[in-house]
Amino acid sequence: MKLVNNAAGREVPETIPGIGKLEPFQGAYARTPLVRREKGSRTLPRLNKIVDTLEQAILKCGLQDGMTISFHHHFREGDYIVNMVMDIIANLGIKNLTLASSSLTTCHAPLVEHIRKGVIKRIYTSGLRGVLADEISHGLMDTPVLIHSHGGRARAIETGQLSIDVAFLGVPSCDLYGNANGFSGKSACGSLGYAIVDARHAKKVVLITDNLVDYPNTPFSIDQDLVDYIVIVDAIGDPQGIATGATRMTRDPRELLIAELASQVIVTSGYFEDGFSVQTGSGGASLAVTRFLRERMLERNIKASFALGGITSQIVKMHEEGLIKRILDVQSFDLEAVRSIGENRYHTEIDASYYANPLNKGCVVNKLNVVVLSAMEIDTEFNVNVITGSDGIIRGASGGHSDTAIGSGLSVIVAPLVRGRTPTVIDKVTTVITPGETVDVLVTDHGVAVNPRRPEVLEKLKLARLPVYTIEELKKKAEKVTGTPEPLPFGKKIVALVEYRDGTIIDVIREIHS
Amino acid sequence: MRILHSGSAGTLESSDVLITVERNPAKGVVIELESISEARFGNRIREVIKETLKKLQVEDVKVRVQDRSALDCTIRARLTAAVFRAAGIEKYPWEELE
Repeated sequence: MKLVNNAAGREVPETIPGIGKLEPFQGAYARTPLVRREKGSRTLPRLNKIVDTLEQAILKCGLQDGMTISFHHHFREGDYIVNMVMDIIANLGIKNLTLASSSLTTCHAPLVEHIRKGVIKRIYTSGLRGVLADEISHGLMDTPVLIHSHGGRARAIETGQLSIDVAFLGVPSCDLYGNANGFSGKSACGSLGYAIVDARHAKKVVLITDNLVDYPNTPFSIDQDLVDYIVIVDAIGDPQGIATGATRMTRDPRELLIAELASQVIVTSGYFEDGFSVQTGSGGASLAVTRFLRERMLERNIKASFALGGITSQIVKMHEEGLIKRILDVQSFDLEAVRSIGENRYHTEIDASYYANPLNKGCVVNKLNVVVLSAMEIDTEFNVNVITGSDGIIRGASGGHSDTAIGSGLSVIVAPLVRGRTPTVIDKVTTVITPGETVDVLVTDHGVAVNPRRPEVLEKLKLARLPVYTIEELKKKAEKVTGTPEPLPFGKKIVALVEYRDGTIIDVIREIHS
Repeated sequence: MRILHSGSAGTLESSDVLITVERNPAKGVVIELESISEARFGNRIREVIKETLKKLQVEDVKVRVQDRSALDCTIRARLTAAVFRAAGIEKYPWEELE
């Protein structure tokens, strides 16, 4: 056995039969260069990762042409981070970047210029809205945008299909070593569920905050061991756009009618029993379902085991009065939800992979009994469109729609039969986000249709004398009111690819001529 | 029916339409359509306007249609009201209107 003198002056073996090669000790700092360089000295007390400017952070990360950068969309319409970071990157002359944001909203219109100037070459996102969406729909980009679901994005990142070089993550509270959470500070957004996936997998992680707090910032959602640099700015978002006080219950009589009918469907479906679990998507009717369910739950002394998803004040209220035992929160929609995730022991933050990644060892959408989702269009095959508007322009988001539809026991789509003079139930949706084989029931203001794949649900609804029709009948009703729409003036060019949650391409969106 | 002066009916609320009719010194029907449903229902809206004008026996007219996704029945009703107002007729033959 060959022995060598190590840095501690001891004779140690270089190999041992049955174990193999061994590394002799080379000094306490020799093999942990990252720690040593950053620390300088082991006993330095004010160790921190704060850099003075965003520009310095970008340079330190080694951002170069052609790399992939990522953002989260927890600040929704109030986000300052994407535009702030992109302006600085553009000034640095870096080009051909892939922008992989968990989603994009109307406040990201300034990206149009960065695309025109070649700073951004590709986009991954769940959704697009406003001017940016309009320009992209009219053919702004050479390479199609890739639209993913929330679960699909987590899958792409965790499998390495989407490899992020630098993640720029706005955080409402952060300490000097990178422990961050979303529920405190002036820009509080609640859950950081989408950001957590980026923090775990990006090669470099930059946190941007307007609220530096004492170390250690517990409880934290993003852990210090994932963070490279921290930048402090005046404001990371506009609180008005990040979250409203409490999501208001709709007063629209048509939405209330749909919501009440949807709650009757759920109650009679066979899934409404003690310990059931539920998610309600955004949108007036969908949110209002919660209220009607609450009444039924009180009547029958039924409690839900958990509520999932985008969390609102209604869910929080039901949790606090004991009707919903646990909340699993990937995105907090209003300030009541933000407060609750900070205060309530059993209001738990979950990340996008835990929520919906179809390839991990168990995402929570699989444990969901009932989901209520909205739709822009639904066709006679029950395929759902939540991304392109009736004018063919992108104006929505894939979100968790397809993830929860397939994961849940009962997926309920709520939508008015007609909007303006645009029929919602049609022959073929403009864009398929959620395939019909994962959709169970459609509830409209003119009646209910059950997917023929679920005859047992249909039987129950008929027994309860709910207004059940075939989806073809609902389509005819809609067309009788609106007339038959002419086809949209789409061109040849593909402006967006719609990826299903498993990574396959389920549809494309083409350039619109209008 | 003869158009004497300009007349309008409707609102700019969602699902409604604001229709203004006036004399056309030249001959024929001129339709100026502004609609958020143009791509899918523009032709249908023009058709409804022409049919309705024909029924009302209006031949030389300028029609300005500011549509907010109104249904055909709404368009017919608003156009009829606008034409009656423009023709200075205050009594509506309710029984004869569809």
